[in-house]
Amino acid sequence: MTERFWLPARILHWLMAVLVIAMLFIGAGMVSTVSRTHEWLFAIHKPLGFTIFVLVIIRLIVRLVHKPPPLPADMPAWMRHAATLSHWLLYALMFFLPLLGWSTLSAAGYPIQLAPHVHLPPIAPHNLALYTFLRDAHGFGAYLLFFTYLAHLGAALFHHLVRKDGVLASMLFGKNPAG
Amino acid sequence: MAQNPQDPNSIIGQLSRNKGAAALIAAVVGVVLLLFAWAGGWFGGRLGPGKIADALQVHDGLHEGFRRAHTKGYCFTGHFDGNGQGTRLSVANVFAQGESRVIGRFSTGGGMPDSPDGRLVFRAIALSITAPNGEVWRTAMDSTAVFPVATPKAFMAFLEATSPVADGKPDPAKVGPYMAAHPETVAFINYLKEQPLASSFVNTRYYSINAFRFVGGDGQTRFVRWSLDPTATPEWMDKGNLEKMPRDFLFDDLIKRAAAGPLTWDMSIQLAAPGDKTDDATVQWPEDRESVKVGRLTIDHLITEDEGPCRDINFDPLALPTGIKGSDDPLLAARSAVYSSSFRRRAAEGPHPSFATEHKP
Repeated sequence: MTERFWLPARILHWLMAVLVIAMLFIGAGMVSTVSRTHEWLFAIHKPLGFTIFVLVIIRLIVRLVHKPPPLPADMPAWMRHAATLSHWLLYALMFFLPLLGWSTLSAAGYPIQLAPHVHLPPIAPHNLALYTFLRDAHGFGAYLLFFTYLAHLGAALFHHLVRKDGVLASMLFGKNPAG
Repeated sequence: MAQNPQDPNSIIGQLSRNKGAAALIAAVVGVVLLLFAWAGGWFGGRLGPGKIADALQVHDGLHEGFRRAHTKGYCFTGHFDGNGQGTRLSVANVFAQGESRVIGRFSTGGGMPDSPDGRLVFRAIALSITAPNGEVWRTAMDSTAVFPVATPKAFMAFLEATSPVADGKPDPAKVGPYMAAHPETVAFINYLKEQPLASSFVNTRYYSINAFRFVGGDGQTRFVRWSLDPTATPEWMDKGNLEKMPRDFLFDDLIKRAAAGPLTWDMSIQLAAPGDKTDDATVQWPEDRESVKVGRLTIDHLITEDEGPCRDINFDPLALPTGIKGSDDPLLAARSAVYSSSFRRRAAEGPHPSFATEHKP
């Protein structure tokens, strides 16, 4: 029987999968249009980004206190390295992108309102040269996250459909099909 | 790396033995990529903020480091004193009795940093008001009660039709058809002709242009527009004389008047009646609609953009405090998106010296 990820890790994985993918599409969409979609997407982008930031901190703690199941023993070494590297890249991007977004708004001198009466304080000085750097980094990081996510998706399907090694199943719920 | 297709354990080797699975993986990844490209507006011809910023740069030239519109301006600081009358209409802290800090900017219309003040007969004031509870309200207001177009698409068409061609003037072959298709722009031009022109930034009335929504303490939402009504004596100027005026006459006048003492405006909130258009900035609401005076703006100090606190502020009309929301006016989201695009561009270009380096208060 395939050893599965700890239940909190699985719940966080799928919850954050939905939120992060939604966030990537919202981010790409909101800067692409002048229609009213821009307004409501941006209104979602900020509180959603903060939610992801809180969740990723919990997730990193879960990851550090509970070791994930080992990768299949017959996986080539380069594939293991790619898996390890891409997972830590995903964690790093999920952690730093909200911080970059928050500091981008800070450096631009924007008020940062998440909801009525709910504000975040600035975490960077109001400085347009800094804003330019942070805004570029936020956009670049978001594209990097999207393409890392695509690789992650492709790899998960590869494990499931081609290698049939139970790696995808280790992140699923319900009856263990590999059992 | 085990990428040799001859190696049965390589990815390519495994995929070539599982063509169905390989096709499925490629299809899933490809569809997600396509959806993302669509969301990002990579295809589909969506009107994005960059296209309007580009069109502004074509219309008035690219002036690095400056705003793409309302380019020529001057900073000020001051305060807004709520009189408490607005709390019935909006829970925004700025309307409670008390003093809010203000950073603002006067500007003339157009996208040139040193154009003559008489070139275009409209002006603007922008405010960033920080209420005692720390919430920020930004508003960019014009001296016209209405806007020449109602939609971002029409604004784009307006810019394209009125951009200068080889001889430096708009092409009549483009302007004609545009005006024929946009009676609202013709109405705006007539409005500009009919309206008397105030002699100074200081005795000009400024309008929110777009409708917004106020959320009151009673939970009720009301459509509103706001204006700044000058306390200075109204004086009008001869529009036929504008071309003979010195290049910076409006700003020179502003500096002179500010030196003599604080400048003040009363803020009025105009309430829409049922049936009033809230999604069309080309249509004015009747003057007899209920209007509430909610406070007074006082400008204490003028500072050049080069040294002042307003240059690095994006006066995004959707930067609103709790108690004020955008309306269904499609121009609001467009202004917000295009201002951000302009802000990002000028931030990357870095600041350039403004006309005002020679015109200090």
